[in-house]
Amino acid sequence: MRLKIILTLTLIAGLILAWNLRRIFLQVPDEANQGAIFRIIYFHVPAAITSFTGFYIGMFSAVGYLIKKDLRLDSIAASINEVSLAFASITLVTGSIWGRIIWGIWWTWDPRLTSYFVCLLIYFGYFMLRRAIEDPNARARLSAVLSIFACVDIVLVWKSIEWFRTQHPGPVLEIRGGGGMAPGMEAPLWWNFLALVMLAAALILIRTRQEAMKLEIDALRRHAHAF
Amino acid sequence: MKFLRQTLAIAAKDLRSEIRGKEAVNASVSFALVILLLFSFAFDLEPEQIRDIAGGLLWLIFAFAGTLILNRSFARELVNDCLDALLASPVSGAQLFFGKCLANYVLIIIVECVSLPVFAIFYDVRLPQRLALLFLVMLLGTWGITVIGTMFSAMTVNLRLRELMLPTLIYPMLIPALIGAIQLSRVLITGGPLAENFIWFRILVAFNVIFTILALALVEIVLVG
Repeated sequence: MRLKIILTLTLIAGLILAWNLRRIFLQVPDEANQGAIFRIIYFHVPAAITSFTGFYIGMFSAVGYLIKKDLRLDSIAASINEVSLAFASITLVTGSIWGRIIWGIWWTWDPRLTSYFVCLLIYFGYFMLRRAIEDPNARARLSAVLSIFACVDIVLVWKSIEWFRTQHPGPVLEIRGGGGMAPGMEAPLWWNFLALVMLAAALILIRTRQEAMKLEIDALRRHAHAF
Repeated sequence: MKFLRQTLAIAAKDLRSEIRGKEAVNASVSFALVILLLFSFAFDLEPEQIRDIAGGLLWLIFAFAGTLILNRSFARELVNDCLDALLASPVSGAQLFFGKCLANYVLIIIVECVSLPVFAIFYDVRLPQRLALLFLVMLLGTWGITVIGTMFSAMTVNLRLRELMLPTLIYPMLIPALIGAIQLSRVLITGGPLAENFIWFRILVAFNVIFTILALALVEIVLVG
């Protein structure tokens, strides 16, 4: 059943991405000021939203573990955070490529970029902590607490665009009060978002299964050592 | 009232232990002096330029030196299973945490009070006329470092690589507080307008309040399970 869901999600995500890529590269016109490079937004923004959403869902799953003490919830939290970390890395890389073309630099210590980088480092720490703890219950407990702390930090990231004067372009999407994108140009972005979310869901399902197997193997190993 | 009394008992125990051994404070002050020395090789700046970056340098010293105290906070309880005894005593996790926070706070402030005038003498930075405000910034920024540091010290206490894990985990977490403290210190040292930078005070206070509440709420889970 799980395999069927993963295959279906991946297939639909692949089809949407293929169809959308055709629209993005052949139908959507170049942006008036930025030219062709603006198309990177179709990957940058969906990846950013997916990663942020993922970190929060990961936190809720971690809170679920703290309430129910079910290790499966910890596995789900770790899988979601891992996939979100991958999407966060995609966001930083695509943003950096865009910055090289538009700003002329690969990286600038703009508060928004810095905060995003900070988030990335926090989640690297999250996985370092998980690796350092062998007992599954202690690992789940401590990483759940770290996940909650990390998500509070993400709030600072979100708010930083309002708190600091920033080089980062202002919101362009209508839902964030931007309204700076023509409807024909905005629609592919949401389709890409849907495809990336489905891809993320498939990856999370694969990782959750691997985590469950790892728990089983660890339990068997401990059982074997007991004799 | 009982909460406060037991918290203060934990803080007094930690401070007494530190006053007798002086291991963390001595190491921390020495480390702060070493960083001050290293900065002199890293930068060869005019006095004007030094004043501009003084806020940043100061808080780097405070954060690095503070970590040595925070690292010892829970680790010193591992000898003779003292941590287990403390957890078994009629003191809640929150009290234990808050007591250790207070002790660490006092110790880090002592290190800062020693390194600030040394920094001013070595780098010819005239301390601002608004010294009380700079001290207020130090109090606020240091509380942020202490709360996050003590919480993560509790989280990493049983790890083999705790000395490496603690700085890796806390520095990214501390960035909002450090940025706020650095900006305010820079404004105070250079004599810039404070009203425009009031947002940093709010960020510092918000950071401290949010993470103090979170840590108090979650520390029981970290220590006991």
